[in-house]
Amino acid sequence: MKQKAVLILFSFTNSYTNSSTTNNILDLLSRTFPFEWEIVDADFNSKDFYSHPRKQYHSTKILEQALEKYSDNFEKILVLTDYDLFVPVLTFVFGEAQLKGKAAIVSTFRLHQEFYGLLYNEKLFFERLQKEILHELGHTFGLIHCKDWFCVMHASANIDEIDMKSDHFCNICGKFIVD
Amino acid sequence: MNSETRILIVDDELVVRESLKHWFEEDGYNVEVSEDAFNVLQILQPDKWDIMLVDIKMPKMSGLELLERVKAIDPECIVVIITAYASVPTAVEALKNGAFDYVTKPIDPEELSHLIAKAVKHKNLKNENISLKARIEEMINLGDLVGESLEMKKVFELIHIVAPQDTTVMIRGESGTGKELIARAIHLNSPRKYYPIIAVNCGALAESILESELFGHEKGAFTGAQYKRKGKIEMADGGTLFLDEVGTLSPKMQVDLLRVIESKQFNRVGGNDVVKVNFRLISATNEPLEKLVENGKFREDLYYRLNVFAINVPALRERRTDIPILANFFVNKFSRLMNKPNKSISKDAMEVLNNYNWPGNVRELENAIERAMVVGTLPEIQVENLPFRIENTKGMLDSLEDSERLHIKKILEKYDWNVTRAAAALEIDRVTLYNKMRKYDFRKE
Repeated sequence: MKQKAVLILFSFTNSYTNSSTTNNILDLLSRTFPFEWEIVDADFNSKDFYSHPRKQYHSTKILEQALEKYSDNFEKILVLTDYDLFVPVLTFVFGEAQLKGKAAIVSTFRLHQEFYGLLYNEKLFFERLQKEILHELGHTFGLIHCKDWFCVMHASANIDEIDMKSDHFCNICGKFIVD
Repeated sequence: MNSETRILIVDDELVVRESLKHWFEEDGYNVEVSEDAFNVLQILQPDKWDIMLVDIKMPKMSGLELLERVKAIDPECIVVIITAYASVPTAVEALKNGAFDYVTKPIDPEELSHLIAKAVKHKNLKNENISLKARIEEMINLGDLVGESLEMKKVFELIHIVAPQDTTVMIRGESGTGKELIARAIHLNSPRKYYPIIAVNCGALAESILESELFGHEKGAFTGAQYKRKGKIEMADGGTLFLDEVGTLSPKMQVDLLRVIESKQFNRVGGNDVVKVNFRLISATNEPLEKLVENGKFREDLYYRLNVFAINVPALRERRTDIPILANFFVNKFSRLMNKPNKSISKDAMEVLNNYNWPGNVRELENAIERAMVVGTLPEIQVENLPFRIENTKGMLDSLEDSERLHIKKILEKYDWNVTRAAAALEIDRVTLYNKMRKYDFRKE
């Protein structure tokens, strides 16, 4: 029997629930990672993570709370949010993960074309989201950034670098997920 | 591999330390953190960390002070200063004091990523530079100049003393002792190493050709001189001119050469323009120049000009302890060149090599090993693989003492180191044999 994993939707608009995006994500997770995935709406208080001076949300604190609430029942935890995330030393993060751990978080905030003053592009948005989810969950399997430019584990410090890489693990990184 | 890069983060804020550590770990770096500059200094030693990210404002010791002290202990360590906007001028000061770069908090991920990639590249280039320098040094110091005997150690010492100076050097030694290698070692250890070393064998060319070879010629200077040509002296400008076999120079060439050495200028053959040159002169000879001077065959003034700093290279038979070292060195060299598995030298073959007189010196030994490597099919070089001349001299030694040593050893081995029976066979008493064994340091193997 497969171990259980959870996709937590943490959004002030609740825009993901029952949407086609959510279904596509669940499909992606089930195909790629050997878990039985469940979907839940987060019961977090967003104020706990908010930084007034930065107008952003502290991703490490969200991960801590997700672990506190869900780690007993789930082997892997993925938080999906549309808040803009930060860690104190960096201006922003697309996501964060525990290296060789249980939890990861991905933000959609900077994955939309509109964020960069461009026209909405759903296909591109989903491609980016897919890559970020695989990337952050990859870290939870102990994967570090890959030198292969096309591997989804290649580091991305900006949106162009996300667009450049593929939505697949390279042969070497892929083995870690299967095993 | 990023894991080979060791990063230390020094910041008093836990959250900064942890988020940076996490960021670098995802990149596969080997990361350590410290909240205190004093702790860092207690354990810091050269080459402990490659990159250090240091917060400029810390309670006990500022990042600037830490930078200064780190650079004093480990100048190669790359220090990146982390600062807030307000203290950018201080960060600029840090750059002046040897910091690699600075970043302002909060750091843009792209900026951090580029900065670390740049620092790693810088570190790799530095390491590559150090390793290349070491390899060059190794090539200079070792090259084919091999030897651990006291005689050769003295030669190496002289090379190191004279190389950095601009002194004229004369290398004396028998043919095949490696005089040219010594000249090259001197050149490569001198400030002129980035310029050429031009070697001319004065004994190999007829006078008229040597003149044009050394001084060059103008177009039409003689029949066949269709183009203007630079001579070896002109080619050595800035570098070193190595004249081998100077003892064979004709009287006219001696005068011409003396003039160039004294004035550092000359005319090309058939030309009127004065060519000014700046070179260091190294000469070599295997002839007794003093006798040639006495007999009036070599100019005394030129002799003194050339013989400013003399290096005498010992003949191979004068440094027998180097024979096995050289032999093995050449075996390795030819294995590499011939792409053959590394061979060893059999005990008998080594004994023959050790006992031979080597009139052709190291060159002859090199040729003998090359031949043995070509003809030998076994993993060990055998006596029969050695050139006929060397093989046949087995037992033919220069001194009576050498012959005695070899003969006693043979008899001892024949009688399985039974001293009584060996002494009887040698027709000497046991005490004498014991004395001889002590003298030649013989012990049963």
